[in-house]
Amino acid sequence: MQIYLPIADMSVNIFLILGLGLAVGFLSGMFGIGGGFLMTPLLIFIGVSPAVVVASVSPQIAASLFTGFLAHLRRGTIDFMLGGMLLVGGVAGTIFGTWVFTLLRSVDQLDLLIALSYVTMLGIVGVLMVTEGLRAINRARRGGRADLRRPGSHTWIHGLPLKMRFKRSRIYISVIPVWVIGLIIGLLGSMLGIGGGFMLVPMLIYLLRVPTITVIGTGMMLTLTTMVAATVLHAVANHLVDAVLALVLMIGGVIGAQFGVRAGQNMRGEWLRLLLGVLVLLVGLRFAVSLVLTPADPYSVRVVRTQ
Amino acid sequence: MMRRLALLATLMLALPIIGTRPANAARLVVSLSNHRVEITSNFTGADLVLFGTIEPDKGATTIRRGDYDLVVTVTGPRQDYRTRRKERVAGIFVNTDSREFVKVPSYLAVLSNRPVKDIAKPETLRRLQIGLDNYILTQRIGPDFADTVPDDPFRVAFVRLKKDQKLYRQSPTAVTFLTRTVYRAEIPLPADARTGTYNIDVKLFADGTMVAQTQTALEVIKTGFEQYVAEGAADYGLLYGVLTILMALSIGWIASVMFRKD
Repeated sequence: MQIYLPIADMSVNIFLILGLGLAVGFLSGMFGIGGGFLMTPLLIFIGVSPAVVVASVSPQIAASLFTGFLAHLRRGTIDFMLGGMLLVGGVAGTIFGTWVFTLLRSVDQLDLLIALSYVTMLGIVGVLMVTEGLRAINRARRGGRADLRRPGSHTWIHGLPLKMRFKRSRIYISVIPVWVIGLIIGLLGSMLGIGGGFMLVPMLIYLLRVPTITVIGTGMMLTLTTMVAATVLHAVANHLVDAVLALVLMIGGVIGAQFGVRAGQNMRGEWLRLLLGVLVLLVGLRFAVSLVLTPADPYSVRVVRTQ
Repeated sequence: MMRRLALLATLMLALPIIGTRPANAARLVVSLSNHRVEITSNFTGADLVLFGTIEPDKGATTIRRGDYDLVVTVTGPRQDYRTRRKERVAGIFVNTDSREFVKVPSYLAVLSNRPVKDIAKPETLRRLQIGLDNYILTQRIGPDFADTVPDDPFRVAFVRLKKDQKLYRQSPTAVTFLTRTVYRAEIPLPADARTGTYNIDVKLFADGTMVAQTQTALEVIKTGFEQYVAEGAADYGLLYGVLTILMALSIGWIASVMFRKD
């Protein structure tokens, strides 16, 4: 069954999009990730314009994050003070990111930026995941325990001024790195169509020493807000948000996530991480190939203005 | 300046009609199967039919002997386009060069009863803008606006990409003469035809000269949910963005209620 995507201006099979939503939702439920860094490349590969993809996955990621956010809200595992400070940087980053996005699009270099960023991002994350997964499997085979090394107590970050006490997370830290982290996540989120949770969580844990109990919920407070802001800004500045595409993805994603959560509980973690790492690397490689190979048609046309 | 040039061009185009009329007096009567095309969400394209007859001109009682040729040029709403070219830079392919096509038709069909090059001499075709190669596609070249030669690589690529989308076409068989004076033309509209006015220009040729010309138009309007979405996104960006995000949050909330575990 074909469905017409009004902003992407193309007809696609509804089951293909629904299936993509289900598959990425399944993985996101299984690994507790938003899945934007898989959803965006897959949609680009099936032929949706990268600009429309980036703008349209934002509401889909927001929908899936909101479900998680509500669960953390009920459990009380959100540090609102820290979340609020992250948001200051996050919203500024989103505004700046949308501006850069609009600018690059007007000079026809947006697709290049998206492809290059994904090659870099997925390459690094994929290699880290695969090596970590292999190490964990080796450890499990030798019968050893997971290395629960607690990160060192102080770094240069703790020497920065403007210190603030975040009671819920029990940390006392400068707000400057908090703003900077928020800014980076907002920037990447609005330019690349990702929530950024897979980068945010390690940053919060290793740089700010946010305890594991509040890190996921607080991170979601930031990524949810940047995705909401990115959706509205992309709709206002570029008119590129395809609500029909987003809706189908959301429905698939929400259902897929429920199965993913259940499946994730019954599976061996280290093998799953290795598998996800390989998947991430393959998607990154696909982007790299598309940049290096001679395109079938070096010419492309886009509408600049409608009379 | 552009407008004045356009006016001048129109006048020059009109001159030969006035000049040739007394010699081969004929008049075109046309009728369209449908003046209003509604594109709904399951629209997969449509074929419109234009019917017409060749009548003797006022004052004359008969028309000339010999065969006529007919060229129908359909132009859709105008848009600005940018054609980009990728080249290898430091190992990767990057858009390096581009040309802007200013106010060119989003849809352009040149339909005739035989190849246009057999209908009239090249300079006649060029003057009357008949055929994809002769239709003026204005490019912005620095501060100037001009059409290039038909084999300019950007022009060729633009026309080829539009042809691939079935939005530009040239068909030497789309016009058929049912009798010597009654003809029909099939106008194919693809699924992603823009909304707006489509001008239909009909030119009659006899022995390589234009003897009559007439114009008509059709309106393409889109209806249905998808069109509503597209218009909302273009005209009410903020409201559209807010509604989209409210939809997203509602779905997130519904999922959280439905699959609540605690």
